Amino acid sequence: MRRAFAALLLLAVLAFPLVFPRPFPRHVMIMIFLYGALATAWNILAGYCGQISLGHAVYFGLGAYTSTLLVRETALTPWLGMLAGAALAVIVSQAIGYPVFRLRGHYFAIATIGFGEIVQTIVLNWDWIGGARGLFVPIKRPDSLLNFQFHESKAVYYYIALGLLALALGATRWIEGSRRGYYFRAIREDQDAAASLGVRVAREKHAAMAVSAALTALGGTFWAQYVLFIDPESVFPLSLSILICLVAVLGGVGSLWGPLLGAAVLVPLSEGTRVLLGGTGKALDLVIYGALIMAIAVFQPAGLIGLARQLGRRRAVAAGAGVRRESAA
Amino acid sequence: MGCVYALVAAGLSLIFGLMELVNFAHGEFLMLAMYVAFFTWSLGGLDPVVGAPVAAVVLGAVGWLTYHGLIRRVLAAPMLAQIFATFGLGVFLRSGAQFAFGVDVLTVRDPWLSGRVSLGGLFIGLPQVGASLAALGAFLCLYLFLSRSETGLALTATAQDRQAASLMGIDTQRMFALGWVIGGACVGVAGALLAMFFYIYPDVGGPFSLLAYVTVALGGFGNVPGTLVAGIVVGLVEALAGLLIPPAFKYSVVFVLYLVVVLWRPQGLFGRF
Repeated sequence: MRRAFAALLLLAVLAFPLVFPRPFPRHVMIMIFLYGALATAWNILAGYCGQISLGHAVYFGLGAYTSTLLVRETALTPWLGMLAGAALAVIVSQAIGYPVFRLRGHYFAIATIGFGEIVQTIVLNWDWIGGARGLFVPIKRPDSLLNFQFHESKAVYYYIALGLLALALGATRWIEGSRRGYYFRAIREDQDAAASLGVRVAREKHAAMAVSAALTALGGTFWAQYVLFIDPESVFPLSLSILICLVAVLGGVGSLWGPLLGAAVLVPLSEGTRVLLGGTGKALDLVIYGALIMAIAVFQPAGLIGLARQLGRRRAVAAGAGVRRESAA
Repeated sequence: MGCVYALVAAGLSLIFGLMELVNFAHGEFLMLAMYVAFFTWSLGGLDPVVGAPVAAVVLGAVGWLTYHGLIRRVLAAPMLAQIFATFGLGVFLRSGAQFAFGVDVLTVRDPWLSGRVSLGGLFIGLPQVGASLAALGAFLCLYLFLSRSETGLALTATAQDRQAASLMGIDTQRMFALGWVIGGACVGVAGALLAMFFYIYPDVGGPFSLLAYVTVALGGFGNVPGTLVAGIVVGLVEALAGLLIPPAFKYSVVFVLYLVVVLWRPQGLFGRF
């Protein structure tokens, strides 16, 4: 029953671009996949390993800038640029991790904010990579998979974003079941106890950070190829770091499907209010967005996945009651 | 500037010390205070110096409302939910201000304090000097209140050990609310002082709140005198950095300073774990 439902859902997702040829529904789905993937990547470090990073935009921006600069300078295909971006993000994340992983709780979160701001300032003032003006991805025609540019239809972007999401979910699933996943959760629950049992805390944190950063950078390259224009305000801001984390928190931190669930709810909401109410210059869409975030924090602090589990349990209890009644009769 | 940073950060530090919660809407509180000072000036004809107590009262009320409307409900929730409650409040206030007041940059023209004074060859704007002195005065009041008055001591006790304080007959709920009121009042005064020489617009809180987080973490979360020292350090470093290297990088220097300090003292300069 469950498996059949999952297969049906997968089929529906795969067939979606065929049913909806218009750009807007496809755009919304692409954004769901992208933010789902980013939040899932963040969740590996924050949800499983307990290190709440508010600087993930750094890796997103690194992915976007690395691939775009490689296209501009060496005409390298963005696919290889994507890998280069991920590699660079891993290197940077390890360098950042060295000082920040000594910190705990709020000190850690603020240090990651600090790193995000430093990197953004550097990029803003570095003329060779466009500075505050940003970079245009060189337009290549015709559409081809090699060039990672599709001007005629969003369908291929759709499948690539879906692939990214699947990769992030797959990595999470793999970590969840591995020995490493248990180490991560031990560190989240009690770092000192984990260390006393022989978990090499610093090494495990670095590992979680590396996977998380690499996946985030892949998303950054995708974004650059999708929008074809990047600037520090769009790929490095603190608000992006917080949005990634918000999506995950809304869905449910530390669970496999939570971040995707959060993206599936938040992205249509924000795109919808933006289309309906944005553009008036009055920021009413953001007023609603802020109110919504507060409401979630107050009413559903464990995320939507908590709500889903409660419902599931209630149904299971109800079904159990039904069975008992039948057996009694 | 350092003294004003310290006053902005003091409210944040106080609230954190009380309930281990970072108010991510603090910059927006500051922005509101600046608007209050602006409107007492433009509608009431009162100078920001006189507007400061008004802003303190209004922001104290905002703090009280925030505690009772929002924070009390997420006290038992995980840290992430608390971050988002205050972050959502920040987005709400910022875009609410944009909705209500528009995006135009406002300034208070011809405040009482204007012109500049010479201090040993350095020219400093008189509003800045006045703001620093007023901020120092407000800080002193806060410090005396916390360390001398009975209510202040009860507040400190609650910050140190919530359960023990409630066993001693202290109403911790009331202390939490009081902490928010005082935190709001501090940022209210700071905002009114800033309004004398700074532009007022809905996004103004952003850089200030980031600096306030760094200041609080640098001084050690929950340590109010430490916050003053850290605030002055941050102000000095920022000013010196603006002088020595391109001004665009001056905030980066502040963050680098923070990272260097926490490498050596993970709990901040004066913090306890």
